[in-house]
Amino acid sequence: MDSTATLWMPPAQSTIAGEVDALFYFIFYVAMGFFFLVVLAALYFLIRYRRKGNEVGLTDGHDHNFKLELIWTIIPTILVFIVFIWGFRTYLKMNVAPKGAIEIKVTGQKWFWSFDYPNGAVTLSELVVPAGRPVKLLLSSRDVIHSFYVPDFRIKMDALPNRYTMLWFEAKNVGTYNLYCAEYCGTGHSTMLGKVKVLSVSDYEKWLANAGAEKDAEVPLPELGKKVYTGKACMTCHTIDGTPSVGPTFKNVFGHTVELSDGTTITIDENYIRESVLKPQAKVVKGFAPVMPTFQGLLSNREIDGIIAYIKTLSEQ
Amino acid sequence: MSVNKESFLPEPNFLTSPKGLKSWLLTLDHKRIGLMYLFAIMFFFMIGGIFAVLIRLELLQIGETIMSADTYNRMFTLHGAIMIFLFIIPAIPAAMGNIMLPIMLGAKDVAFPRLNLASWYIYIGGSLFAIYSMAHGAVDTGWTFYTPYSTSTNGAVISMTLGVFIIGFSSILTGLNFIVTIHKLRLPGMTWFKMPLFIWGLYATAIIQVLATPVLAITLILLILERTLGIGIFDPAMGGDPVLFQHFFWFYSHPAVYIMILPGMGIISEMVAVFSHKRIFGYKAIAFSSLGIAFLSFLVWGHHMFTSGQSEYAAMIFSFLTFMVGIPSGIKTFNWLATLFRGSITFEAPMLYVFAFLFLFTIGGLTGIFLGALPVDIHLHDTYFVVAHFHYVMMGGTVMAFLGGIHYWWPKIWGRMYSEAWARVAWVLIFVGFNMTFFTQFLLGTKGMPRRYFDYLPQFEGMHGFSSVGSLVLGAGFIVMAFYLIHAIFKGRLAGDNPWGALTLEWQTSSPPPPENFLKDPVFTHGPYDYDTVDVQRTV
Ligand code: HEC
Ligand SMILES: [Cu+2]
Repeated sequence: MDSTATLWMPPAQSTIAGEVDALFYFIFYVAMGFFFLVVLAALYFLIRYRRKGNEVGLTDGHDHNFKLELIWTIIPTILVFIVFIWGFRTYLKMNVAPKGAIEIKVTGQKWFWSFDYPNGAVTLSELVVPAGRPVKLLLSSRDVIHSFYVPDFRIKMDALPNRYTMLWFEAKNVGTYNLYCAEYCGTGHSTMLGKVKVLSVSDYEKWLANAGAEKDAEVPLPELGKKVYTGKACMTCHTIDGTPSVGPTFKNVFGHTVELSDGTTITIDENYIRESVLKPQAKVVKGFAPVMPTFQGLLSNREIDGIIAYIKTLSEQ
Repeated sequence: MSVNKESFLPEPNFLTSPKGLKSWLLTLDHKRIGLMYLFAIMFFFMIGGIFAVLIRLELLQIGETIMSADTYNRMFTLHGAIMIFLFIIPAIPAAMGNIMLPIMLGAKDVAFPRLNLASWYIYIGGSLFAIYSMAHGAVDTGWTFYTPYSTSTNGAVISMTLGVFIIGFSSILTGLNFIVTIHKLRLPGMTWFKMPLFIWGLYATAIIQVLATPVLAITLILLILERTLGIGIFDPAMGGDPVLFQHFFWFYSHPAVYIMILPGMGIISEMVAVFSHKRIFGYKAIAFSSLGIAFLSFLVWGHHMFTSGQSEYAAMIFSFLTFMVGIPSGIKTFNWLATLFRGSITFEAPMLYVFAFLFLFTIGGLTGIFLGALPVDIHLHDTYFVVAHFHYVMMGGTVMAFLGGIHYWWPKIWGRMYSEAWARVAWVLIFVGFNMTFFTQFLLGTKGMPRRYFDYLPQFEGMHGFSSVGSLVLGAGFIVMAFYLIHAIFKGRLAGDNPWGALTLEWQTSSPPPPENFLKDPVFTHGPYDYDTVDVQRTV
């Protein structure tokens, strides 16, 4: 268990998280105070003034008390004023990114995230950032609205199809943190999960320098394909256990024939898979919606070779 | 329970004269129309409730439990849409308000009885579209219909939105009818500040219904046009803006939150006074805070959109106004508490719901403060914290008030009493089940569990499971309630005119009331809460 987690809040792993939590707990204790005031007063009155016997006489006719009413109007007003001002100040800090922040472009689509780094490197589903450096994210969406949410950093921002939105944070510690989509986006909404991987500054720079390159050259193809399957979001729509999901399964498909939406059939071979990845709408499998995004520009040639090799290993010959 | 089969209800009463199905379907009597609303609304409450339990069953365990992701998405959409548009918005005004408002004013009927009947048919017509949609693929957009998802997804989105669009008109007509009735048909002598507070609640609600609902209608029509003709107002590819839809939608739907809660607060005001047998504390403060809330409710819609990329200054203003709209609700709560002070309190079922309301609505209101604070909202927005918050407000607030009202007026409507013992059993189940279900969700939310998720990470399984078990307890409470309330209609002992010893006018006529409400023209002799000067005892 992360020691920065509290009873109510998840680990506080960004520089702003502590401030958000401080305000949260301020409201929490004030709210608890009011709650017990109301409930205990109610219980006390209910018991103290319960009717004894069946007959009832006239009761006390006082129905206002200016001082009392003034007090219970002014005190809550002052308290919410404090919360408002405190909240707005922290909010401004959350919104104004420091100069020199690393800028990463984030794109949401059904149902994964892609990240474009300053040097042209691209990752899918996993955002890699350095610890102790401000990072500014520029968000947009390729289809419906998504929302970029990392609870441990206390950050959330919608990704819109028609406009850029902005978000910044500074991660405190090296580690891996959950990334969710918080705006409902359909079938795969709850599997649109990702990770934020925080590296030390030197590791990050090393990683970034290698990221664009063919550093996977040594990995055998089927293994590389497996990495692509999990790391590049194929698994949000395709299973490897034979059950259809959003898309068809990868189990026992290679070399088999499949029926397309226009009624023709085709045998699944290397070229078909390649085309499915780069131009998914060209041939759509019958019974499935044409929702697969293109991976043109997102996968290298060797990664596509890897996927083909991987799908082969999943099929009995 | 003493069942007295020999005893008969007073005649004539609105339930039996005139007789026949046709006399009901063509009735102009506000009490009958209100009852027909009540039946329709309770039917949809049951459907929405079944969907809720199915949702919780799916979430009982990790992975697919009883349905696929696509089915789940339809379930939570239908649960939300039915509960909001077909149940909770019309529940108190159209059902309880229709039955009670004219009697409480000492009038024979609402100002426009035909319009009143028309509004019921419009409601039924709209709900048929909704049912058609459910049978033809349903909708998976969430009850908020956000674009561009709602313009691009499959399913029967158009018939559902059309249904909601049509139902909106029944809401507008009811509001209009109530405003005119309250202005014109009060008993001579009943000045504005001598009206029961339930009427004030309905009045403030009616204003919002008339002013805000047309905006929803426009929004839904634009959505339908976007889907059918591709006009492009919400479509980025044609220069439209999907976020504009959110502005339109919440411009109605935030005030709609107060359409739901204000009449509930009105019922609570009635019951607090009656069951503590005491003058209500701060009558004018309660009445004016209803109007204040109604006004401010139009200015806070942006707090649903703090993460949508709105400008910092817009966020600041919406945050500020959100806190301001919270103050009047706080004032009301203190007024109800002060009413208990030096009262002569009894604990029949309606009073139990008053307590449940105070307990749950206070939590609902206070957790709203968290969501109004900008940086905290960034973390909590679209998580289970929000789900818990609005269930505490809507269900812990409005529904508890509604159930209290049902128990309070049931003997007036049917002339017969339900079993107090069973009412307690149901109350305990509902109170405990509700807190099990939804309090857990606050914790899920602060820990980062997003809403509308078909599945979740292992760390959330324990809490989800507990919440699901709670929903079964809650459901059991409602089943018990359905049994004893229906039983009471046929077999309950006679209630008498004034079983609670209350002073408002509906308790001065027979139970059930005659078709024209009062056999003798009522005379206004005392205010609604004059328990300090008028000696009133319970009948029976
Ligand atoms: C958003 C969901 C989604 C994602 C993500 C996705 N796919 Fe697909 N995929 C589909 C759907 C739906 C189909 C079937 C319709 C079609 O043929 O376009 C499909 C079809 C395929 C096919 C043809 C399968 C057959 O049995 O004929 C291949 C191969 C494929 N995808 C590979 C991939 C790879 C490799 C990735 C990851 C790099 C990936 N997909 C990511 C949804 C997705
Ligand atoms: Cu999403």
